[in-house]
Amino acid sequence: MSIATTQNKSFTAALWDYLTTVDHKKIGKLYIYAGGFFFLLGGLEALIIRIQLIQPENNFISAGLYNEMITMHGTTMIFLAAMPLLLGLMNAVMPLQIGARDVAFPFVNSLGFWLFLFGGIMLNVSWLTGAPDAGWTAYSPLSTQSPGHGVDYYVLGLQISGAGTLMGGINFLVTIVNMRAPGMTYMRMPLFTWTTFVVSVLILFAFPALTVGLFLLMFDRMFDAAFFDVTLGGNGIIWQHLFWIFGHPEVYILILPAFGVFSEIFATFSKKRLFGYTAMVFATILIAFLGFMVWAHHMFTVGMGPVANSIFAVATMAIAVPTGIKIFNWLLTLWGGSITINSAMLWSLAFIPSFTIGGMTGVMLATSVADYQYHDSYFVVAHFHYVIVGGVVFGILAGLHYWWPLIFRRVLNEKLGKLAFWTFFIGFHLTFFIQHFLGLMGMPRRYWVFLDEQGLDTGNLISTIGAFFMAFGVIVFLINAFYSWFKEEPSPQDPWGGRTLEWAVKSPTPYYNFKQLPLVRGLDPLWIEKTEGNGKMTPAEPVGDIHMPNGSIIPFIMSLGFFIAGFGFIYHNDTNLAYILLFGGMAIALGSMLARSLKDDLGYHISKEELEREAD
Amino acid sequence: MKGWMGKFKVLSLLSLVALFLSACGMENLTALDPKGYGAEKSLDLIILPTVIMLFVLLIVMVIFTIALVRFRKKKGQEDFVPKQVEGNKTLETVWTVIPIILIIIIAVPTIIYTFKLADETEAKDSLNVTVTGNQYWWHFNYEGQEIQTSQDLYIPVGQKVYLNMKSSDVIHSLWVPTLSGKMDVNPENENTLYIEAYEEGVYWGKCAELCGPSHSLMDFKIVVVSQEEFDQWVADLQNFDPETQPETQTAVDGRALFEENNCIACHAVGSSPVQVGPNLTNFGERSKLAGVEEMTKDKLIEWLLDPESIKPGNNMTGKYPELSEEDAALIADYLLQLKPSEITTEDAGN
Repeated sequence: MSIATTQNKSFTAALWDYLTTVDHKKIGKLYIYAGGFFFLLGGLEALIIRIQLIQPENNFISAGLYNEMITMHGTTMIFLAAMPLLLGLMNAVMPLQIGARDVAFPFVNSLGFWLFLFGGIMLNVSWLTGAPDAGWTAYSPLSTQSPGHGVDYYVLGLQISGAGTLMGGINFLVTIVNMRAPGMTYMRMPLFTWTTFVVSVLILFAFPALTVGLFLLMFDRMFDAAFFDVTLGGNGIIWQHLFWIFGHPEVYILILPAFGVFSEIFATFSKKRLFGYTAMVFATILIAFLGFMVWAHHMFTVGMGPVANSIFAVATMAIAVPTGIKIFNWLLTLWGGSITINSAMLWSLAFIPSFTIGGMTGVMLATSVADYQYHDSYFVVAHFHYVIVGGVVFGILAGLHYWWPLIFRRVLNEKLGKLAFWTFFIGFHLTFFIQHFLGLMGMPRRYWVFLDEQGLDTGNLISTIGAFFMAFGVIVFLINAFYSWFKEEPSPQDPWGGRTLEWAVKSPTPYYNFKQLPLVRGLDPLWIEKTEGNGKMTPAEPVGDIHMPNGSIIPFIMSLGFFIAGFGFIYHNDTNLAYILLFGGMAIALGSMLARSLKDDLGYHISKEELEREAD
Repeated sequence: MKGWMGKFKVLSLLSLVALFLSACGMENLTALDPKGYGAEKSLDLIILPTVIMLFVLLIVMVIFTIALVRFRKKKGQEDFVPKQVEGNKTLETVWTVIPIILIIIIAVPTIIYTFKLADETEAKDSLNVTVTGNQYWWHFNYEGQEIQTSQDLYIPVGQKVYLNMKSSDVIHSLWVPTLSGKMDVNPENENTLYIEAYEEGVYWGKCAELCGPSHSLMDFKIVVVSQEEFDQWVADLQNFDPETQPETQTAVDGRALFEENNCIACHAVGSSPVQVGPNLTNFGERSKLAGVEEMTKDKLIEWLLDPESIKPGNNMTGKYPELSEEDAALIADYLLQLKPSEITTEDAGN
């Protein structure tokens, strides 16, 4: 299969290609498409929330629908938008950064994506019959008592997509441990690869806590168990612990890859190596480690007592130290450099003040005595949007602008890029800065209406106006994506003067990535070759046959099986017909596993001759 | 380029607007103008870290700005390659040690006041109130006093009042921002929070933990009165006899309907421990209807005819026979004359 034929395929052939692909670059694109779609959906839900809160005692949507809206907005943005978009960037970039031809388990990679997508679709199917309404945190007993099937969809949807994420994490871990190019030692890995590595560890340890919690919730709701039912001797606070033992590391699962993106961009556009690389690596590891020690700061008001509250308060404050180290290292990377400001850099630069404010309020929230006021108020809403929008979303957008040429072979239009940036950036601060004060003025979060004459009108109005600015920015970004695809010329191989290995591969990236694995001589290997060599990576091996995995439709079918079985679980208490779906779906899933296990798929080889023919 | 300058203008403008607004938070709802011990300590620990953190933000912004101005790529120097600096031990030590010191400065008072606010040693000799959170109303039982009320909690000024809180259904969270930070009201265990109000007044309380569709309508009030007024109020409620005939004929008829429609099965009048629905002993003195609406006869009739239209998802809807408008008006007359005490929200100073 050569590149020429790839480009002339019919639509069905292209569709089949994506359904069966095990190529990390295509899976990366799938993650970006799907994550982008869910991002728009979550954004729409956010706008509906803000319209409801545009004036006091508004009646734009009903109270029940409002609770569904906030639940779906949070769940969608965290699990179906932010995580997949980051996994998309990791898939698209990380194997190239370490000089690998693919990830360690291409089949599992594809399976992870399809599980995520079907889980996400399952969650959103709930809109047809009533979406989950117990908040994205699904605290029991509200979640166990929630009528209808909304929370059932939440449980099954997250369980299926969570399994996909866990697979992704394990896959990246094995890839980074085993598949680095010759000379790519751990301490020469780019920061984005490092954060991918650390995040994969976090996924590996954090997601099982969520899985366990979701199983308990599922048994309580569907099989009359009473893990969280206090009247039968259960305890609902266990859910809060399980959820946050997952939920707090999840925050770092989101933010650390964004830190990785910024580290790459600051170095590239300052034309300087990352300041304090070693400190950056260890700060990342330390943040991840401490991230597991602080979950109960989400629970200061639960009544854990002063000892637990004090310990978790101090542990949380400690995280500010490695985070501060990172901020100052980025500043010193800029210092003394030769700074180019384009769209990717704008998003990264805007991250510094925005995220610093989010970090500040983080330390303030860690102060347990003050948290008794902040907790569950709009102050918290403001804080986590500063961290997640100002950190994660800015990081994703910066990363997309930066790696767009690598992934989609186009440089995004600068004018549109700047317009999108400024409207989104201004809108973001308009929306969320004021919310700090709304919270302190007595507005709790998740409020369907706020009352008249409580001094909350102006703040909420400003916040809603800001939300529309953000929406406008997102639309401009979308236009930019399509515009660049149809109007712009294909981009060169290395448009930014890159420093890391992903810019050393030909454009468009061959499906086998590297004809010969490169020899890495230090941190920023391409930069080293540019300044000390001939600008090209020295091959570490002669041209030889390349072993490639075969594509497979099995991951798609297996995920479809779980998807169908999910509906069986949800409706098995209502109708016996659901058992057809349950057993049918499980048969498809288990049958796919059997087929995969029994049929040896050894992949194929690209011959040396073919590689030489395709060269240059 | 105007890039970073614009950013600053926007930021500073926002801060100004925000500062202006922060001064305008509604009295007796805002946490920024505390009138109780808990809220005061919280505000102290809001201000200290804010000041320290603003100092850090200032440093970051100064370095950030200088770096961006000084080290922008200049015309004619496109090929300039900056020195590739690996790091700087001294600098890196400085920005590790200073944050540690700053955090210790914040951590010490945090720990001290975390323990102070959880101190229950004086509970035995103080006024204790059992608080029950329900979808979507609050019940107050004055321990050892034979007084039950709902929605409005009367307490004396300058005294520590211990709230022993538990939920009858899902998790709620009791929050009176001007008097104290919040504490969750769990079905699993009893949580204790004490409130010490410095000034008389009617303070807004809110539920801060998502508890269902009407979560945002679960408001209540804490009515802080002087010690004498409080003693008077206690005596009045203790002396209240639910069997007393109402004065007007419409109210007498309303009471008959109240009993006929079996309202009494859920709603106690007097110190009966029934608390399926809110206790109505001093209903006529409540500051708000259902926590959020104006206390008028018309609103009350509207509520009796269709509670769902005011509090979606409440547990009253559909639990009683449909009322005619005339019957609802009579019941309203009965309920509105339930005024056992001379001490009302008017006496709370505002």
